[in-house]
Amino acid sequence: MELRSILATDCGSTTTKAILIQKIDGEYRLTHRGEAPTTVEAPFEDVTRGVLNAVMEIEELAGRKILEGDDIMSPQNGDEGVDIYISTSSAGGGLQMMVAGVVKSMSGESAERAALGAGSIVMDVMASNDGRLPHEKIKRIRDLRPDMILLSGGIDGGTVSHVVELAEILHAANPQPRLGQNYKLPVIYAGNKNAQDQIRDTLGDMVDLDITENIRPVLERENLEPSRDKIHDLFMEHVMQQAPGYKKLMSWTDAPIMPTPGAVGSLIEMIAKKENITVVGVDIGGATTDIFSVFQGKFNRTVSANLGMSYSICNVLAESGLDNVLRWVPFDIDRKELTNRIGNKMIRPTTVPQSLEELFIEQAIAREALRLSFIQHKEFATSLKGVQKVRTISDAFDQSSSGESLVNMMDLDLLVGSGGVLSHAPRREQSARMLIDSFMPEGITQLAVDSIFMMPQLGVLANIEKEDLAEEARKAALEVFHKDCLIRLGACITPVGKAKEGAIILTAEFSMPDGSTVKHELKKDELFRIEAPYEPIQAKLTPDKKMDIGAGKGESIETTVYGGVVGLILDGRDRPITIPTDSESRLSSLKAWSEAVNEYPTRN
Amino acid sequence: MAHAYTPGLKVLHHAKVTKNRRLPIKGQVTKRVGDQLEPNDIVATTDLPGNVQMVKVANLLNIGPNDVLDVMLVSEGDTVTKGQMIAQTEGFFGYFKLDVKSPIDGTVESISGVTGKITMRDAPVPVEVDAYMTGTVKEIIPEEGVIIEANAAFIQGIFGIGGESRGDMEILVTDREHELTGDLLNESHRGKIVVGGSFISLETYKKALSLGVAGVVVGGFNYYDLEEILGYTLGVAITGSEDLVTSLVLTEGYGNIRMGSRTFDLLKEHDGKFVSINGATQIRAGVIRPEIVIPLKESEIPKTPVHQSEEKGIGKGSLVRIIRAPYFGRMGEVISLPPKLQQMESETMVRVAEVKIDEEILVIPRANLEMVETD
Repeated sequence: MELRSILATDCGSTTTKAILIQKIDGEYRLTHRGEAPTTVEAPFEDVTRGVLNAVMEIEELAGRKILEGDDIMSPQNGDEGVDIYISTSSAGGGLQMMVAGVVKSMSGESAERAALGAGSIVMDVMASNDGRLPHEKIKRIRDLRPDMILLSGGIDGGTVSHVVELAEILHAANPQPRLGQNYKLPVIYAGNKNAQDQIRDTLGDMVDLDITENIRPVLERENLEPSRDKIHDLFMEHVMQQAPGYKKLMSWTDAPIMPTPGAVGSLIEMIAKKENITVVGVDIGGATTDIFSVFQGKFNRTVSANLGMSYSICNVLAESGLDNVLRWVPFDIDRKELTNRIGNKMIRPTTVPQSLEELFIEQAIAREALRLSFIQHKEFATSLKGVQKVRTISDAFDQSSSGESLVNMMDLDLLVGSGGVLSHAPRREQSARMLIDSFMPEGITQLAVDSIFMMPQLGVLANIEKEDLAEEARKAALEVFHKDCLIRLGACITPVGKAKEGAIILTAEFSMPDGSTVKHELKKDELFRIEAPYEPIQAKLTPDKKMDIGAGKGESIETTVYGGVVGLILDGRDRPITIPTDSESRLSSLKAWSEAVNEYPTRN
Repeated sequence: MAHAYTPGLKVLHHAKVTKNRRLPIKGQVTKRVGDQLEPNDIVATTDLPGNVQMVKVANLLNIGPNDVLDVMLVSEGDTVTKGQMIAQTEGFFGYFKLDVKSPIDGTVESISGVTGKITMRDAPVPVEVDAYMTGTVKEIIPEEGVIIEANAAFIQGIFGIGGESRGDMEILVTDREHELTGDLLNESHRGKIVVGGSFISLETYKKALSLGVAGVVVGGFNYYDLEEILGYTLGVAITGSEDLVTSLVLTEGYGNIRMGSRTFDLLKEHDGKFVSINGATQIRAGVIRPEIVIPLKESEIPKTPVHQSEEKGIGKGSLVRIIRAPYFGRMGEVISLPPKLQQMESETMVRVAEVKIDEEILVIPRANLEMVETD
């Protein structure tokens, strides 16, 4: 079926964002967007109010009638209404889950991966071997009041008693759902299939038990898909039914409502697969930072629940330490003064940086929030733990074992940033610098930002399953993603290795689209920018004999790179980036790096 | 008229303050609609289920899990006392019997033939909920608690620590710009709520703690020093469960910031009264701010109509406070709300307001303004 117009909303915890996509001259484009405060709390307590307000803003901007009273007009009739309406949601704190497994680093981790992949916040991972006493676990379950529990454990044919013991703990806790008192808590069992009967006996009456395939049928293989699907189903059937106004919202949409991060994740997964590339995506919000990655074809998502730019800004300070934030601040500031300023942002989270100094501080904290979130992601995105590897004599000196991180920065093709501090930075150069300084890409990496954070809406669009709509919807999602969603910043080119101070570490030669040739000899610790558009550029990169640009030490490569609104950034700094510790050299390095990319306006 | 929607803190001479006083689980409500309440009156009671303990009977008796049911001397639901024998093996011709004794006073909740463990629950813990403030029972929430209503002067702070507290209020400074210093505190302030001006230092707050002051209300405090009081770095602003003798309510924020004049004047008006305060703060969806509730007698209620809080935005003439550097803490009057986006020094494009402060006109992002809601 041809889609002429698509209306999509994302109901966030504070703002509901609506976008209108239209087919113009045969291609799908984002034409208008609107936003309004989310209305799940008193005095409105009806999410559809915020949706209507956001859509009304689009109506005004587009001069197009979409609403008929309190209904969305569908299908499109002439210039009125839209063909389909879809939505994602993270309102009311999103989907909050607790997961359980027998061994924390095996089935516990698989369960966590399934829950995170489905877009939920994992409040706790309970395991037989997590060191807590049963009564401590029971108290924890009661205090947390999750929306849903995923219980796993034991390979098929493995332990029964440990899994049943977890169920008994759950039974003793008699957990109550967070929203609404009158429904039973959904519990998904995805563990040893031989324990299903006992699990049913233990939990059957008390919770809404759903049994699905084992998440870890054998040690060597994860089977996350059935659990992820089950989580999505139950999210719609139970959790969303309890949230104010969602029943009505669900009756409006042409496809199931997805949890916001689940939609973003599936979009990133789809793009990585379709273009056969490795991707890291990040969404830095006020309270949390989500990171998504696809390496070796494996998708991973982590949520750093308390690393964000407003509500949890002080937690970034607590976790990284004041010195790590201060090292990025390009002026001297009293420590008490700085912490008071950051504290005041936490208690008044909606403020914006008016002065340049405030912007410096905010972007310094963003670097640390992103860096810490990525460390957590790298630790989580690993190959399966507990798997026996067959080792040959050639592996004898290789210390690698099961549970290695899948994230390899030299292999990374595309790094996408989104969230206020990255999407709305006054200069795109600032977004590029924040991404480079915190993720520290190696070799050649394309950088991009999500212009207005529409990945959630595009994610749910790409996931429509109705047969007559699926193909066209996916096409629309991809077209808009490339044309309107992504702002291409350019490429970061970083040789990696050891070099002496002042040494030339890379000789780069680019054949620019205008026919000219640009050559640069990159010195250690230097940052250099070449303005270049998002067009194919032939590059010859020759690293020093001790440096690697992707083909091995001293090996030069000839390849195609793309510029963007920032251009090509040659980064000669160490990995990890070292910043001088004495104040004078630190300030002079920060100034030089900023000036190299024209990051900030000149201060008076 | 153009309006901007920004958060506002309440500073009200008179408000109908309502409070839900609920038990964490169902229990008995001890008051009726219309009852007059004092802060310490108990309004509802219940028993919290005790902690759960698991006893590994199969392991202790060296038997298989499915044999556990055969050796139990008690059944599910039985009440047992500490030391009471709850399971025993048959032994060998009546000899070498092994047994298990109850580790607690409580009840047997479940016996599992799969894991060989039994679940036991401690005796219940009694829980009571008090009225917190002077007022009248307006509504009963069956089996859970009551809704109390009071005529009161009501002030919201921006951040606090420590939970509910109450006591006679005493203003210790002459004006709102004065810091609450250590020399102003003495033994006579035990159990009282003291009010300072712009700031309290860590040393002075520690003195208040040692004197047993019930609460402190001031303009600001150093974020840096919270760690020493709490024992951890405060990462997210969710407070209220700290075990502190002295609750702390900040009316302005972190740093040395003079208290808003309306807040200070209102507190001063009620100097010497018995007040209730709560430092509990939650800054995320469903925000909770710290508060000061000053009950009013019938004769003290202003004759003018009761202020009904409504979601009104900032408009021309609104009294606002700037809530971010470089003008943090200053208050003034909005003189215009230009519709066009304007570029700030940081190059951020924002909607702005022109604010008149001490004869000077400043251009401030609207997001950095907080309306001071008054009546």
